[in-house]
Amino acid sequence: MSTIDDTAAPAAGQAATGLERRRLRLGDTLFRGLALTASAGSVFLLGWIAYKVLDLAWPSIQHFGLSFVWTEAWDPVTEQFGALTFIYGTALTSLIALVIAVPISIGIALFLTEIAPKKVAAPIATMVELLAAIPSVVLGLWGILVFGPWIAEHLEPFLQDHLGFLPIFSGSPSQAGILPAALVLTIMIVPITSAICRELFLRVPRDLTDGALALGSTRWESIRGVTLTYAAPGIAAAVLLGLGRAFGEAIAVTQVIGGGNSINVSWFATGDTLASRIASQYQGATSQLQAGSILYLAAILMAISLVTNVAAQLIVRRFEKARRAA
Amino acid sequence: MSAVPQTVDAYDITRRSNGLRRRRATEKLMGTLGVVSAGLAVAILALVLGTVLLKGLSALDTDFFTQPRPLFGAEGGIADALVGSAIIVAMCVVFAVPSAVLVAIYMAEYASPRVATFLRIVLDVLNGVPAIVVGIFIFGILVVGHGQSGLFGALALAILMLPMVARATQEVLEVIPRSLREASLALGVTKWKTTTSIVLPAAIGGILTGVVIAVARVAGETAPLLFTSSIAANQVSTDALHALPTLPVAIFTFSESADPADQARGWAAALVLIVFVLVTNILAKVFSRGRTGR
Repeated sequence: MSTIDDTAAPAAGQAATGLERRRLRLGDTLFRGLALTASAGSVFLLGWIAYKVLDLAWPSIQHFGLSFVWTEAWDPVTEQFGALTFIYGTALTSLIALVIAVPISIGIALFLTEIAPKKVAAPIATMVELLAAIPSVVLGLWGILVFGPWIAEHLEPFLQDHLGFLPIFSGSPSQAGILPAALVLTIMIVPITSAICRELFLRVPRDLTDGALALGSTRWESIRGVTLTYAAPGIAAAVLLGLGRAFGEAIAVTQVIGGGNSINVSWFATGDTLASRIASQYQGATSQLQAGSILYLAAILMAISLVTNVAAQLIVRRFEKARRAA
Repeated sequence: MSAVPQTVDAYDITRRSNGLRRRRATEKLMGTLGVVSAGLAVAILALVLGTVLLKGLSALDTDFFTQPRPLFGAEGGIADALVGSAIIVAMCVVFAVPSAVLVAIYMAEYASPRVATFLRIVLDVLNGVPAIVVGIFIFGILVVGHGQSGLFGALALAILMLPMVARATQEVLEVIPRSLREASLALGVTKWKTTTSIVLPAAIGGILTGVVIAVARVAGETAPLLFTSSIAANQVSTDALHALPTLPVAIFTFSESADPADQARGWAAALVLIVFVLVTNILAKVFSRGRTGR
């Protein structure tokens, strides 16, 4: 409290001299300027990152043109490069991960908010948070040495036995590939989306769900009719944020996806995502053109994740505004 | 506006009052699915932690913490990576935390609601930029021309840390009661003194929680370091102007190795990293609990 007295005395007590007052105002101006600079700096930083990555990729964008995006090639010998394999890998692994992760996340969130008693919910919520805290490189290590072999020995033969007529489950099971990568991504997305969904469900006004229950609906019907409907835009944003995470994850995917230059129908086959290709070739580029192509991949990745993230943010803002108005 | 359901379709719900048995069955099924999902998440966590503990514990000894990585063979530890990681993360905190707190102060204390919302979106989008793209960025502006260094690695991690800490701090500042600020301002205290000696001390618990969680996150980041501080000699070094070995990059390299001795060291290194991350997360919990308890 002594700090208050120190500064308050000259300002509020006896008539402060003009010099002191100016000094105090100078402190205010300086501090405000400092805070403003930091804020402007972070806006600038985001713009700079976007600009610089595009700038780095520019020579290869000019060289390959836009057709790079839909060319399926990665051959350092003939210097043929294209991004289609990696865009396909990114989209497929993220999509599989999302399809598995979203129902599970909603299930977890409903369990934590509607089903479990508080004493059970709190520790389980903490454990789900800890799952999010596991570094991706550790998850990748587990993925390549434990999870991948398990998938190759049990999960993939099982899928082949029962659903082998589908081309996506053809080919020989392997420890590294699209499926292990997608499953590792699932593990990474679930804690993020379930945490957001949990917050959303907690914010659903109690009288709405109570109303549904009073009208004779079962708990599930009130969840489906009220909770999920009310939270739907938020869930969409959560899904987009999870997707953004899946797109951008480089390390764990690099460890388990195995690497590959061509598109395969089979999920058992190896492949690569944009991020994993960048990570795996960070020091292996043999030519200017190959290095440039990797930067082109980075620019594509950045564009995709910027769009996903901005979309998610806009949905959240609109949702919050609507909620405040309601 | 259409985002929020204005009415519950009451007719639809009452119409379904027949078929009570089917409704009860659905109720039960959905409840079970919820329990199964939560169980699955907990099981995966237990599985990962259990494996890392089991496989990592056997390779842990004092040599592991005190000896650098060998060129080959089973001897030696990861002291070089531990020292490198500590230096890089410490520098990252020094770069990121002051600016992040300043950004948060601007958002909470000075900015108009519209500007604050804009800054929030910018920070959230910055938070969503893939770590590997941040690595490429630092590579492009600094590593090309100067070569890799621990300093650049720290800068890359600081870019990841800035939005995390800024958002956490801003959220804490926003719940500090207005009356506290007004009381101080009414006594004639200048705004910046009020902010630094009244508002910030009141928010320190929440800020620390945010910082600690962010430290846990960046300490395990590998992707930005690949381009900025990965090509390093396996010896203990404190020279941040050259590339430093780090724990995550070491685990990444170990995991790509076919040598069982390397894999064992990978597990042990992963155990060290995970224990660090879990301890910091629990620490964060303690900080935030102390704050809400007051």
